[in-house]
Amino acid sequence: MDAVYAVMDALLPLEALRFSFMKNAFLAVLLLTPLLGLLGTMAVNHQMAFFSDALGHSAITGIGLGILLGLRSDLLAMLVFGIVWAVLICLIKQSGSASVDTVISVFSSTSIAAGLIILARGGKFARYSTLLIGDILAVTPQDLLFLALALPVGVLLWALMYNPLLMTSVSPSLARSRGIRTRLVECAFVVLVAVAVMLAIRWVGVMLINALLILPAAAGRNLARNSRQHAVFSVLIALASGILGLFLAYALDTSAGASIVLVAAAVYALSLLLRRWRK
Amino acid sequence: MHLHRCALCHIDLDGVSVRRGGQTLLQDVSMHIHCGQLTVLIGQNGAGKTTLIRALLGEIPHAGSIRHVDSAGRNLAHLTTGYVPQHLSFDPEMPVTVRDFLASSMTRRPVWTGVGRKVREEVRRALADVNAADLEETPLGRCSGGELQRVMLALALHPAPDLLVLDEPVSGVDRNGLRLFLDTVTRLKETRHMAILLVSHDLRLVREYADHVVLLEKNVLVQGSADQVFQSPEFESVFGSGTGEEVEA
Repeated sequence: MDAVYAVMDALLPLEALRFSFMKNAFLAVLLLTPLLGLLGTMAVNHQMAFFSDALGHSAITGIGLGILLGLRSDLLAMLVFGIVWAVLICLIKQSGSASVDTVISVFSSTSIAAGLIILARGGKFARYSTLLIGDILAVTPQDLLFLALALPVGVLLWALMYNPLLMTSVSPSLARSRGIRTRLVECAFVVLVAVAVMLAIRWVGVMLINALLILPAAAGRNLARNSRQHAVFSVLIALASGILGLFLAYALDTSAGASIVLVAAAVYALSLLLRRWRK
Repeated sequence: MHLHRCALCHIDLDGVSVRRGGQTLLQDVSMHIHCGQLTVLIGQNGAGKTTLIRALLGEIPHAGSIRHVDSAGRNLAHLTTGYVPQHLSFDPEMPVTVRDFLASSMTRRPVWTGVGRKVREEVRRALADVNAADLEETPLGRCSGGELQRVMLALALHPAPDLLVLDEPVSGVDRNGLRLFLDTVTRLKETRHMAILLVSHDLRLVREYADHVVLLEKNVLVQGSADQVFQSPEFESVFGSGTGEEVEA
């Protein structure tokens, strides 16, 4: 880790990066935002913004259940519950029920309520309040190692599933006629999003995680003319918002997650203007 | 030019029935779809045309048999089917070009990393085949109904199918667009070896282009040449004294 810090000091001799907690946060942003930016492109195109929002909320229940079951690791509890939850929503979506929105909303509020009840027992919720707003300054070197492993695996899986998923998002029956297992592909995507969301949620927070997934991709979409541009713009906007937001938070001494999201929202507003201007 | 010869001779549907949720959607449908012919399914809304297609594509369970028969009368295990669906449900704002879309089915390389030169050429050829060469860089959402139909046809022709299934949209494509589409389909029928099944709502064009017409109303009311079907009492009972104009709303 010291070697990485030394490289950072040499490349980025910034006052804000003197502290190792800022270095860790900076590295976490570099590792997390590209994957969220990439996955966001399909979440936006597949009209799943609401779904991923609900997914983020389920983290609360995941942690709550983890505590009830006596699991040591919050992350493990969130991951397991998030994946189960993702598959469940995926199955509901595929059942073809007309009121998917309503069902997701019911699941979402139920999972928040259940999670709150468990976490707030004996007035102890304050211990978990960072879960709501996230704390990117608490990233440890072990977390970074984990993220460094997760990023390439996530991108690889994303590369494997993108083409079949694109076909599925245009027409499921067309995709099926071409031998694509549409249900499997959709569920695999949803699970991948769930894992990415759960990895990021401790740093960004339940309330803001969805913005980080959706905003860069939505802004990128306003500027892009094809799939490659969408991916490139989305990743760049996610990275830039992450870095800029982090430094803003440092300078203004405020929440990093919220600053990152605000920067991303500003970029989104700009992208809308640019799009109008181009038309 | 390389002429694709499919092994298929015809598809035999024998007593095909589909029931769902206590309702009979198709009852005892028997018909042949021959290679080198344009077979057209007509019928009112809810007559079971799309259900029949879904049974053919293996999407829904059915009673009765659907056999793929080669020229020696043997059953073929595998059939390559090209399908142009009636509805597309994508978000028109998504930044996916026609090239991205076609390439996504021609290569394993994820199209968000770009499209290689070889695949680009393949896409270009596929589009030129259906008179849509100019659409390569157009976002899918900007294509008109007729343009999308041709793009979907280009996709359905790769890989070269034994059976081409075309579910024509009820609306969104004007008659000129449909004519262009059917001209392309007719050219394909004459230059390549495949069976073509079309669901159509434009009876005038059906009369002009079809080799074999099947009038469906849960079961086959009548089938034969366009003239035979259009002059039958069954046709009149479904569509009124048909002038061949569009009847459906």
